[in-house]
Amino acid sequence: MKTTAAGLKFAARLQEAKARLDAHVREVIEWHFSPETGCPFWLEFASKLAWSPRNEIRCFEDLKKFPPFEDEWLRGGPVRRWVPKGLAGQPIYIFETGGTTGVPKSRVAMQDFRIDYEMFSETLPDEYFPRGANWLMLGPSGPRRLRLGVEHLCQYRGGICFCIDLDPRWVIKLIKRGRTQELEIYKAHVIEQAITVLNAGHDIRCLFTTPKLLEALAEELEKQGTSVKGMGITGIFAGGTEFTPQYTRFAMEELLGEGVYMTPTYGNTLMGLAGSKPVSAEDGYKITYYAPQPRAVIEVVSFDDCNRVVGYGETGRVRLTTLTRETFIPGFLERDEGEREPPYEKYPWDGISGVRPFRQFAATTTVGVY
Amino acid sequence: MLNLPILRWGCPYTSLEQDTVVHFITGETLARVSRANTGLIGRDMREAGRARQVLTEIPIPELIAMMKAAADRYLNDTLPMGDGEQSPEDFARQQSASTGLPEHMCRANMKKNHFVLSSMDKILEALTRGLDLKILSRGFGVEHRGLMVSYQTQAPVLGLVLPSNSPGVHTLWLTVIPMQVGLVLKPGPQEPWTPYRMAAAFFEAGVPREAISIYPGLGDVGAEVVRHTNRSMIFGGTATVEHYKGDRRVQVHGPGFSKILLGDDVVDQWEKYLDMMVDSVFANSGRGCINCSGIWASRHTREIATALAERLGPVAPTPPEDPESSLAAFTVPGTAGAIWTQIESRLAEPGAEDMTARFGPRLVEKEHCGYVRPTVIHCDSPEPELANTEYMFPFVSVVRCPQEKMLQKIGSTLVCSAVTHDKEWQRKLIDAPQIDRLNIGAIPTIKLDWLQPHEGNIVEFLFRPRAFQAALEAVAV
Repeated sequence: MKTTAAGLKFAARLQEAKARLDAHVREVIEWHFSPETGCPFWLEFASKLAWSPRNEIRCFEDLKKFPPFEDEWLRGGPVRRWVPKGLAGQPIYIFETGGTTGVPKSRVAMQDFRIDYEMFSETLPDEYFPRGANWLMLGPSGPRRLRLGVEHLCQYRGGICFCIDLDPRWVIKLIKRGRTQELEIYKAHVIEQAITVLNAGHDIRCLFTTPKLLEALAEELEKQGTSVKGMGITGIFAGGTEFTPQYTRFAMEELLGEGVYMTPTYGNTLMGLAGSKPVSAEDGYKITYYAPQPRAVIEVVSFDDCNRVVGYGETGRVRLTTLTRETFIPGFLERDEGEREPPYEKYPWDGISGVRPFRQFAATTTVGVY
Repeated sequence: MLNLPILRWGCPYTSLEQDTVVHFITGETLARVSRANTGLIGRDMREAGRARQVLTEIPIPELIAMMKAAADRYLNDTLPMGDGEQSPEDFARQQSASTGLPEHMCRANMKKNHFVLSSMDKILEALTRGLDLKILSRGFGVEHRGLMVSYQTQAPVLGLVLPSNSPGVHTLWLTVIPMQVGLVLKPGPQEPWTPYRMAAAFFEAGVPREAISIYPGLGDVGAEVVRHTNRSMIFGGTATVEHYKGDRRVQVHGPGFSKILLGDDVVDQWEKYLDMMVDSVFANSGRGCINCSGIWASRHTREIATALAERLGPVAPTPPEDPESSLAAFTVPGTAGAIWTQIESRLAEPGAEDMTARFGPRLVEKEHCGYVRPTVIHCDSPEPELANTEYMFPFVSVVRCPQEKMLQKIGSTLVCSAVTHDKEWQRKLIDAPQIDRLNIGAIPTIKLDWLQPHEGNIVEFLFRPRAFQAALEAVAV
């Protein structure tokens, strides 16, 4: 088979991305395991190892030398054990995930959420997410990174972000207790706040929301004789829960229509934000996400062997590695699964499609409005 | 293999997500069924009023005639089914292959549905207590007694969240279209066949397509159907019953806990009623809520349990196409095992004994399915948990309990066949609010009179009687 010029160029980009990732890994390892800059957790961890991460981790693959990261390590205090000495003195945020019952997992942050959302900002088309436009954050509030992240994204693009209150832990409790009516009342309360803000003359053009809340908002707006588009919204950044191709098709064809752009995202407190390849009808509304490499890497690994990446198109569990100066988390097994996707022009590294709750946990996972 | 789309007011819509329905023995894919997302239902229900409107444009006698025509088409014709077609034989085979019910039982259920559709005029006359059906259409009218009456429809459509395991339940919604109310059906995952075939028969008989929607999907789709319809019927277990308790928009059909009570005046002749007891427990492989799961008597309970065990204990699974096959398979992997594990753990309680144990193991595990063979438990009082339990296979507890305590102890009972000549006790049985359908005499619990309401009258559920006065000579309609 003949190798085309474009093919050669793309292969070079893949190599470049790989080299960049390996260099980034070395830099992050040096930072987190140096007594001058590292955090107490990893310094203590390294002191118990029979090998030296600083000497032996030279590339991304070498991170497999670490044992699987245990999510229990992220629960409870003292949370300062995660603060790198090199960042001492900076204002610290704490972002939580989970916590409907028991102690939530937490991640310390200083600038990471801003950097991640600034990077994400570059993926948004200005036509639909105009610079300077005001936003509505219709999603979970409280101790969540998403709330501040979206507000920063909006500010970074020159707008003002309006927010509503939403407690996803209460939503999950209501679902678990079968309190359907209360759940509906709460959802209606949230949507009512959103519509009040949208009607208040703030010239809001962009929206963050979850799939279920988008559905509820569109439904309520239609009852009131208008629509998402009718309210002047042109860009929707959606995420928080699973996106299926069918939902995306339904949203594009029936909830939003022409002139409103929706970008599904996959993200969480630990990773940051994975953007999606543009979704189209021609591609069967397939949603493929790409992690913000080299700051975070998503691998799709075998259910039986978490160190074995599955073949392209094959199904596996999401393994996440976070590589920033604020946070180092190697090989964290997420509660999601999906299919491994090949790199593409814009993102010359592996992606993932069909993200959904990991089958082993799916039966016990309660997905709320968030 | 068939591809079954979602039906949105009669219009096919193929989802990007599909679920497969597989043959429980071979694992062969029988159908790929489009999976609805919840948002579709919210969007479509904005047009629910149109379903009733198109039906009210057709006089009820014409709709009844359509039901009779649909009955024959459903029973005898090859009908369009998704991207293919389906003969009556295909239907019985496919339904058996996905639900585990033997084929001859599927054919028998077809006849039941045919009977109900063919008898629609008599059934509606009975359920409306002889009301002139024009009154349902107009909303008011003068009854034959000369009284003004008014019935106001409570919803333009009835939502139905249907089960996979008991094709017999479909008779409950067949009366809805001729009452000029639309249908929003969420089929059971293993039993899409009846809703699609019935809809096809209705359309062929002239029912407007805009009157029927079908949304296959997961549990969230069922919840959404209930949320968006002001009247719905849902089938489920005890948890579902509890969940919707007190919600007058929802009619819940859960476990029946149907029972036979033998009075002190007849119990010494219990052998006379053995056939009736066996039929009540065993018919339709014990799957229905009207199958008997408890036989209560004050004495001879061990002898009764022994005799039932001798009749039912040796029954073993045979292939579904066997005309003598009497046992349905559990086609969802792990279900049969889980049921048997639960029974075994409950047998550890004092006072409960498996009388069928001597006829060999009850649990039969196959490659793609499982069976639980008929099980007869003797309980020496109403106290053990197994004394009042229901499972989806021929399972019965024979419970020793003094007659004077029975009504206190039986709990909720969908069908009660009380064999007694004791007039005083009959009076108490008639007044007992925990009993829904009451049979006095040796009537099997599974014997239904189609002219009588089942777990509430569907007419009263869909139409509210109210006061109506008109001062004008001619009112609007």
